[in-house]
Order: sequence, then structure tokens, then C-alpha cells
Amino acid sequence: MDNNEFLTEWGLTLMVFLPLAGALLLMVIPKAQEQMIKVAALGAALASGAVGVAVLANFNYDSSEKLQFVVNRNWIEAIHANYIVGIDGLSVPLIALTLLITPLVMVYSWNHFPQPHNPQAFLILMLVLATGMLGTFVAQDLILFFVFFEVVLLPMYFMIGVWGGEQRQYASIKFFLYTLFGSALMIVSFLALFFVAGGDSFSMVDLAQGVADRNAAGNLAMITQVLIFGGMFMGFGIKVPMFPFHTWLPDAHTQAPTAGSVILAAVLLKLGTYGFIRVALFILPEAAVKWAPYIGALAVIGIIYGALGCLAQTDMKRLIAFSSVAHMGFVMLGIASLTTFGLNAAVFGMVAHGLITGMLFFLAGSVKDRFHTLEIKRLGGLLLQAPKLGWILGFCIMASLGLPGLAGFWGEFPAILSAYNPAPALSQELFRTYMVIAAFGTVLAAGYLLWLFQRTAFGTPSEEFADVEIEDVRVSEWIAWVPLLALILVLGVFPNIIFHVTDPFLTVMGNTFAGLK
Amino acid sequence: MLASLWQQLSDSPVPIDSVDLAWAGLAPVMILIGGALLILAVDSLVPRRLRPGSYALATVLLAAGAMVAAVPLWQRVQDAERGPFATAAGAIMVDGFSVFATFVILSAVILAALSFDGWLRREEMDGAEPYVLMLLSASGGVMMASANDLIVMFLGLEILSIAVYVLAAMHLRKITSQEAGVKYFVLGAFSSAFFLYGIALIYGGTGSTNLVRIATYLSATVLGDSGLVLAGLALLLVGFGFKVAAAPFHFWAPDVYQGAPTPSVAWMASGVKVAGFAGLLRVFYLAFSTYRLDWQPVIFVLAVLTMLVGSVLAVVQTDVKRMLAYSSINHAGFILVAVQAATAAGVQAALFYLAAYTFMVAGSFGVIAVVSRKGDIGTSLDDYRGLSRDRPVVAFAFALLLLAQAGVPLTSGFFAKFYVITAAIEAGSSTLAIIAMITAVISSYVYLRIIVAMYGAGDDVPAPRTIPLPAAAGLALVISLTVTMSVGVFPGTLASLAERATPVLIPESDPGAVDPSGVPPGP
Repeated sequence: MDNNEFLTEWGLTLMVFLPLAGALLLMVIPKAQEQMIKVAALGAALASGAVGVAVLANFNYDSSEKLQFVVNRNWIEAIHANYIVGIDGLSVPLIALTLLITPLVMVYSWNHFPQPHNPQAFLILMLVLATGMLGTFVAQDLILFFVFFEVVLLPMYFMIGVWGGEQRQYASIKFFLYTLFGSALMIVSFLALFFVAGGDSFSMVDLAQGVADRNAAGNLAMITQVLIFGGMFMGFGIKVPMFPFHTWLPDAHTQAPTAGSVILAAVLLKLGTYGFIRVALFILPEAAVKWAPYIGALAVIGIIYGALGCLAQTDMKRLIAFSSVAHMGFVMLGIASLTTFGLNAAVFGMVAHGLITGMLFFLAGSVKDRFHTLEIKRLGGLLLQAPKLGWILGFCIMASLGLPGLAGFWGEFPAILSAYNPAPALSQELFRTYMVIAAFGTVLAAGYLLWLFQRTAFGTPSEEFADVEIEDVRVSEWIAWVPLLALILVLGVFPNIIFHVTDPFLTVMGNTFAGLK
Repeated sequence: MLASLWQQLSDSPVPIDSVDLAWAGLAPVMILIGGALLILAVDSLVPRRLRPGSYALATVLLAAGAMVAAVPLWQRVQDAERGPFATAAGAIMVDGFSVFATFVILSAVILAALSFDGWLRREEMDGAEPYVLMLLSASGGVMMASANDLIVMFLGLEILSIAVYVLAAMHLRKITSQEAGVKYFVLGAFSSAFFLYGIALIYGGTGSTNLVRIATYLSATVLGDSGLVLAGLALLLVGFGFKVAAAPFHFWAPDVYQGAPTPSVAWMASGVKVAGFAGLLRVFYLAFSTYRLDWQPVIFVLAVLTMLVGSVLAVVQTDVKRMLAYSSINHAGFILVAVQAATAAGVQAALFYLAAYTFMVAGSFGVIAVVSRKGDIGTSLDDYRGLSRDRPVVAFAFALLLLAQAGVPLTSGFFAKFYVITAAIEAGSSTLAIIAMITAVISSYVYLRIIVAMYGAGDDVPAPRTIPLPAAAGLALVISLTVTMSVGVFPGTLASLAERATPVLIPESDPGAVDPSGVPPGP
């Protein structure tokens, strides 16, 4: 077996399960060997990353609309669920994001694990989380997808519930129940879909084909499709989170330890938007057309509501959390337009939001570390006390508000633009209204972000911290942050790096919608 | 002398009408009853108490022996040529369904016995009685699962129940245990009376108590007035509903679960429930399949009520035993969803659920038995604070078992719910599937509360205490956890076993009894 063959056959599987193997390894290392535990955890994450890089390097970018590295094995024959994994242009950017974030978070946590310490358990959870996230992005079978989608839930629940802030129990249970509620309805939808599409396979491609065949034959009631889509909407919409299911997010983010917040913002929320495109839109295009106006409406409400929510916050981390609601609104607006252009914007928006908001949560964590508070009115003068930290914060805030030349711009601006010309089956007037509202949202975003920067970084330090020596950016922080900062800039200047990968797949999808009346 | 008597008998001109018994088919029941009586006899004959642990060991060995005896039965009923068979004048049916249920019931016996051992020693109550009662109760359960006649089913139900009443009231120094026993007994006696009355009505309506003949009669005859049969069915449902703790016949469950000795509860929640559902499926799904359209809506309502009561009322409880009592009601509702489907997939889902649930719940109550203190107290939520520090492994195992009950993927609970929902959707009951999943979310809040209590840190964590973990209880925990997790990753084996565990109606090979061509069509 030559290298390529091995990679095709085992690459994705290794990438997904190496972190899990690392987690098992960590369990047998004695608790006292902290250094060894950390090295082993980072090693597992890097090993998975290395395999991932090899896979991505061998990925054929010229036909990225096709599934590659496909492995199809029997898993549970009794329910027709198979172990099908594969990647295409849609999954590649998100896998790359996940592979990047996981080791960076570990490095960031290296010397200051949150209370009650216990790096062993913390890192085990982190590795399990990595397996769940990567698995979701490679799964091509609905049951496999669902299992990975759910696996993510538990480590995050424990991460918030054990290492979180004061209100951790409330926040973690809220997070768990909201997500579980969505999943419960989603699995019912998946099963209904299975029977609707012929009842012999859970493979996404087969299901999409089955639905298309029955639609072509005209013997699949629209109401059935719309209801099935509704179940998926609950599952993915809560995860995104879309208004009005967003209320778990500010609590979860505020209470989660820094590492948890970063992963939550950078990758976990994308599971929802990714699911929308990969599962809901892909398998049920006709129902998507019926739902799109409502999704678009909730998306713009989320944009405005999130922005107004930000303006009312007194806690820096909570403000960033609300800004996530707004940003994910832009992503959902792009998806709701059902055009190639909008979907491309959405995927770019996911990656950009992952990098930028991930960075912002890192920064919030570092501020909290130094000042032991995130209350905005007690902070101030960061640029004087820790200039590098302050300028990095400024850079990320500019990126977050969508300054051209930085990554945030390419997610936000095209998403708004895509609403100008939605898919032909959608009402143009309605989406143009959405566009105007969303554009207004960007103004608000600039408002709350700049206001945040002004209150925390400008001016002089508050009396309370005036005489306190504040450490500037540490080495571990530099290591964790430089790749993210560099990417924010590079993707801002060369957005084609991502558009080139995602476009072929999304063009196929956009054409499907263009053909629907 | 005996020989000459035998000679005389066989020479007698009038042949004595005796029933043909396929002893092998009854072997599991015989082993359980015989073993129970043997333990009782030995215990009363030897002057001193046996060594501690020997009762539990004997019980486990007996249950394992009964399992071994059931293996050839399974092979036989799966064999294409030999297949399932009825025996004892068509009163007992040995088919895949009954053998599968037997295995599950016996597993419950083993787990409960392992949990009993340490608990009885701690309470200074070690003795033969609980084990004997449980073995007898299990024999009743196996009888119910393989009954092909309503009278035999009633006998099984009574043997099962009476032993459990005593098991509930076993803790003589604990007033709540007495209360639990009396409550369970009085309500149980009522429900038995309903059950018996139901049998009488059905006999009046169909002319038989034999399930095969009932089914044959109903499929061949259009009743002008089916009121008698329907009333009988309704009364039978009350009896079964009581046994499996389905709302609105669930009122006893929380009080009894809370008051009764914890290992008894492990048995009640697992073995008794399996037997109850096995009987329910046999009667409703098989014998009364022609009346499906009449009973399905009733089960639908029962399922919704049961799931809602079980999940919503669990939320406000503060005692872990009560929480799990309500959660077991919720699980019963889930199994009713599978029953409601009234399809082969539904039966398979119900069996899978019962098998998976037995290990989860027996393991969970095993943990509660370990964590409680002498006098069988200390089961409130506060007693679980700090468990992750005092007994990290037990806390972790409990957390996994609770998550399995919540239906988290990679545990058997996920696939149990998965199959039930699949069966419901396939049968066109999507509404029921949605309600079921929503109640599953509500009850997962309960499990999370327990997990939060165990893993919570802060000021409200009490001072460390030592929690002894008896070896047998540890073994029970290992078994239930292993099964729960391995079925969660590879559910195929259990699923295919459950798939092959089809219940069938076959008349006894007595040409005069039933016309072979009139074998009722399986639904």
C-alpha cells in the first residue's frame, strides 16, 4: 500500500480518532505527571493536525465539489447506518479551522488552567471535543453525523459546568437542555426523512437522491418536507444560535472558561450553520425555499437584536457573546438567500467569525486573568498598561466590525449583498428589506465594538488598577494568537483562498436552487 | 411396589389423560423455582447461618444456570426446522420472544442479587429470604413472558407480584418500607382483581382463555357486539398498566420506590417491568391484533400521559430514588410508544429498550444502594454532593448510567430511544415520536441535576466521608456499565437478537384443538 492509498483509506478516520486515542492515553497517565499529560494532549492534537494537513494537501482542489477521501464501511446493519466519511469544498475550511484552533487553545491554557485546575480531565474533554467536531465535519451518514454532533455536547457541558464561573451550573444545564431539545426534534426529522426517502440508507447523498426522485415523480407532499425541515431547523437553529433560541449562548459564553468560550465560538456554533448547508439545504432543497423567508427574517432580527443586546451589556465577555448572535445572523442571512454568492459568503463568514471571535474570547480571557474582572466600567487605559494587548484587541475589533482588508469584511459584506438578489423562487422585495436592515446592523456593530474599545483601551486606567503592574502579552499567548492574527489579515487580503475551495460545491448547490420555482 | 403400581396403571383399559410436557421448555422456570426451594430448605436445615455471600452466590449461579438452560431453547426456536413450540396443553409458549425476555429477566436477577449482598450485610439482614423471593418472583416473570393462556399469565403475575410485595416490605425496622409494602400490596391486589375480571370478560366474549384460540376466534368471527371483549381488554390493560407503572396507574411507584429496600427497587424497576411488558405485548400485539385499531388509541393516550408524568414530575423531586422512580415511569412511556406501533419493528424496539434499560436501571439503583447509609437512608440529592471526590469511580459510573438513561449517543440508551422512535415513525405516529423526544429532554434535566450534585464544587459540599463499595456491588456496576457502553457503540448484536425474538402464536400439536389452517396471521 503506497502512501496515497493509505491516506485515502485511513486519513480522515485517523484525523478524527487520533484525539480520542489521545484522550484514552491521557486517562492512564498518573495525575501527578502534569507536564507529561500536557505534552501528550498537545501531541495528540498535533498528530491529528498533521494527518489532517496531509489529507488537505492531497485534496484535489480542482474538483472540490466532489466528495473525496470517501470511506464507506458497514457500521450498524440493523438500522442501515454506515460509517461513511468524506470531505468536499464545504468541509475543508471548517476542518482546517478546527485543526488549527484545538492545539492553539491547549497552548494558551498551558500554564494557567482554570480552577479547579485538573488539567488531565480538562484536556481529555478537549480531545473528545476535537473528535466530535472533526467527526461532524467529515460524516456523510446522518446517524454518524448525529452521533458526532451529540458527542460534542457532553465535553462542553462538563467544561462549563466544572471549570466555569459563578453561575456555571445554571449556564451548563441551560446549554445542555437547549441543545438536547433541538437534537431531539432533529433526530425525529432524520428518521422521518429516512422513511420518506425510501428507507434503505442514511447516506446523505442517497437521501438527497431519494427525496429528489420522489419530488420529480410528484408523490412527496410539500408539507411533509416542510415539517421535516422544521425539525432540522430546531436542531441546527438552536446550535447556531438563531433568535429566539439564542438565550443559552450569552450565559454559556460568560460562564465558560476561556478555552471553552473560544472553542464554542470558533467551532461549535459552526456545527449549526454547517448542518444547515450540509444536511437541511442539501437534502431538502424544496422545503428550504419555503423556509428561507422565515430563516432570513430570524437572521435579521438576530442581527439587530444581537447588536442592541451588545449595547446594553456591562460585561466584556457577554458583549462579545451577543456580538456572536449578530454575526451568526449575517451567516444565516447568506444561507437564506439560497444563492451561490450568499452561501459562499456564509461559509467565509463562519471561518472569519471563528478566527475573530475566537481571538476576542482569548483576549477577554487574558483581560480577566490580569484584572480579575470583565466589567467594562472598571476597565480602561489598556493601551497604557499593556499596549500590545490593547492593540491586538483593537485589531480584532476592527476585524470584527467588518473593516475591508480584514477577514470579517468578506463574511459580512457579501452576505448583505446576496440578499439583494436572492434565489429566483424567493421574494426579492422581502430580501431587499432584509438587506437594508442587515446593513443597518453593521452600523450598530461598529458602534458597540468601537464603544467597547474606547471604554476598555482608551483613557487612563481606573483608580482601582492604576498602581497595579499589568503584564503584557505572554509567550504562550503569542504562540496561540499569532496564527489567528496572521490568518485574519491574510484572508482579508486574499479571500480567494477560501472562496476558491468552497465555490465549486456551492455553485452546484446554488444552481439547484436557481432551478427551483 | 411402585413398579407394580405403574404396571397396573399402564395396563388399565382407560388411558389416563395426562398432559404432554416439554420439560426442556420449562427448564428455566423449574431451575428458578427448584433452586429457590432448595435455598430455603438448606437454610432452614443447617443449624447456623451460611457464610455471608453464599446466598447471593447461589442466586447468581441459579440464574446463570437458568440462562444456560435457555440457550438450547433459543437455538431451537431459531432453528428453521424445529422452530417455536407450545407445550403444557398450549398454555406455555416457547418462542424467541419468551426466551429473550427470560434472558433479560435473569440478567436483572443477577444484577439485583449482586446489589443485595452488600446491602443486606450492611443492614444486618443477611439471609435467604430476599433471594428466594426474588427467584420466585423471577419465575413468575418468566411464566408471564411465555404464557400462552390468560390463566397462566395471571398465575405468573401473582407469583411475580406477591414475592415483590414482600420484598418491598422487607426492611422491618424502617417504617417507610412497611408503608411501601402495604401500599404496593393493596393497590396491586386491586389491579390483580381487575386483571382477573378482564380475563373473565374475555372468556365470556370469546369462549377461551387460550391466546391462540382467542386470536383464531376473533379473526374468524365478526362479533356483533364487541363490548365484552373491549371491556375485558380495558381491564387487562389496567392490570398491566399497574405492573409497568404507566400513568394513570403509576401512583404507587414513587412512594414504593422510595420506601422499599433499594436492591428490591432495582429488581422492581428492571425485572418486573420486563415481565409486565412481555405479558402486555403477548396479549395485545398477538392475541388481540385484530382489535388493534381499538386499543392503539388507548395506548397512545397512556403513552403520552406516562411520559409527561414521568418527566415533568421528576423535575420537582429532591430524593434521588423518587427521581429515578419518575424517570422509570417515563421509560415505561417510551416502551408504550413502541407497543403503540403494533408492528414487528415495535416489538423489536420494545425488547431492545427493555434489555438496555434493565442494565441501566439495575446499575443505577445499585449505585444508590452503595451510596445510601445504614438504615437505607441518605438518598436525597444532598447526599450525592461531593460523591465525585469521595468515590470518583462510582460517581463516574453513575454519571454514565444516567446519561445513558437520558439517551446520549454512544450509550445503549441512545439506540433504545432510536429504535422506539423509528418504530413509531414507521407506524405513522410522528406526533408520538415528537412528544417522546421532548419528554426525554425534560427528564434529562433530572439526570443532569444528579450529575451536577455529584460533580459540583463549592461551599455546599459536605465533609468527605468514606463510602464502602462491596465487591459484589462493584461487579454489578461493572457488568451494567460494560453492557450499556458496548451496546452503545455496537448495538448490532442486541438489535439482531431482538429482531429474531418474534412472538408467535402456535397451537399445541393437538389436531383436535385448533384447526391448523386457522392459525391467525401474525400482524
